[in-house]
Amino acid sequence: MNMNALWEYANPVKFLRTTERSLPFFWITALVCLVVGLVWGFFFTPDDFRQGSTVKIIYLHVPSALMAINIWLMMLVTSLVWLVRRHHVSALAAKAAALVGIVMTLIALATGAIWGQPMWGTWWAWDPRLTSFLILFLFYLGYVALWEAIDNPDTAADLTSVLCLVGSVFALLSRYAVNFWNQGLHQGASLSLDKEENVADVFYFPLLVSIAGFVLLFIALVFLRTGTEIRRRRAKTLLARERLG
Amino acid sequence: MIALLSRDLKLAFRAGGGFGLGLAFFLIVTVMVPFSVGPQSQLLATIAPGVLWLGALLACLLSLDRLLVLDWEDGSLNLLATAPLPLEAVVTIKALAHWITTGLPLVLAAPVLGVLLSLPGPGYQWLLVSLILGTPALSVIGTFGAALTVGLKRGGLLLSLLVLPLCVPTLIFGAEVARRGAVGMETATPLLMLAGITAGVVALLPFASAAVLRINLR
Repeated sequence: MNMNALWEYANPVKFLRTTERSLPFFWITALVCLVVGLVWGFFFTPDDFRQGSTVKIIYLHVPSALMAINIWLMMLVTSLVWLVRRHHVSALAAKAAALVGIVMTLIALATGAIWGQPMWGTWWAWDPRLTSFLILFLFYLGYVALWEAIDNPDTAADLTSVLCLVGSVFALLSRYAVNFWNQGLHQGASLSLDKEENVADVFYFPLLVSIAGFVLLFIALVFLRTGTEIRRRRAKTLLARERLG
Repeated sequence: MIALLSRDLKLAFRAGGGFGLGLAFFLIVTVMVPFSVGPQSQLLATIAPGVLWLGALLACLLSLDRLLVLDWEDGSLNLLATAPLPLEAVVTIKALAHWITTGLPLVLAAPVLGVLLSLPGPGYQWLLVSLILGTPALSVIGTFGAALTVGLKRGGLLLSLLVLPLCVPTLIFGAEVARRGAVGMETATPLLMLAGITAGVVALLPFASAAVLRINLR
């Protein structure tokens, strides 16, 4: 696909038409992947010899944590696109993604706490990874709150975009700062591209399926929510026009 | 630039200005700490650097919502935006004025309060150094937050929500310098990180603050 084809979706009409046509596909594949991944993971994988059945929370914890970080990255890209090229769809997609990001961060924190209670003997520890997720959560909260606080949609899009850019730098800085500040209790990365084997294959494949399910679910939700935002803005314009005329 | 700085300072020092608010808050917080955690000097000595840093951070936050809003309401911010002075310089001066009226008194008061919290001997110089290095960053970050929320009717809560996570790295490294200094450990690494954060923030963030202010003044 060349770049011009991608920029076509800056047109809200084109965006709505395409997303509406592809939404059922994303909903269905997301559902299938989530059901297959979670059922496979929960019921058809063996217990870990040290962690017992608590290991199975990995099928919720790792995908949601992965999404929480990548949704922020996606918001960073769409914010940049808005600041540079002023495509409204881009700004609205960032707004639509933020709330999904908050929920993903909460899922990751909650499942982590539920797993940590039997395994580490504590719901919460000031471990670098946990702490940086809490900070990420605060960034998400501030971002969404700023969107909600400002009436003028263009001003809101501009301000939140700048906040997203500045916040990204500081989030990265905090990540290294907390690493420096406390030694970790959390295990290393569950998935990396440059490792021979990450987790044993029995756990690995259902995990991949449920990650795919989370990604597809996110795409479907962002399409849906962006479409809703576009329509809301249209409705507002129509109402304003009616009042004038 | 100097005229603007002296104007801001005068406004702050006169009655009804923000001067003294942060300092008073800082004094109250640190004096109240022994009442809440108990008077054991051992315990107080352990937490003193962290308490002093936290108090300084909160005191800085307290006066932020007055930083730009007053100028916004009476229209002088519009005037400043059309002045020959670039807006980047205006926000830098604003941050500097905020630091002189809030950060500097905190730095000077901190050693006195350190005595009250039985801060160990070698801790004083490191506490001073870390606060001198760290509080300018807090002022600059706060100016960015104030610029973001200047157009809002009730931006106070939002302002703290936006600024707090941005202050985390500064707080971590600043308090770490003071803590390590107090127990006589090597302080070079966190000190360099703190200095780096402050230098980077002071150099780059005024551009973001000015951009945000332009959007708000549009």
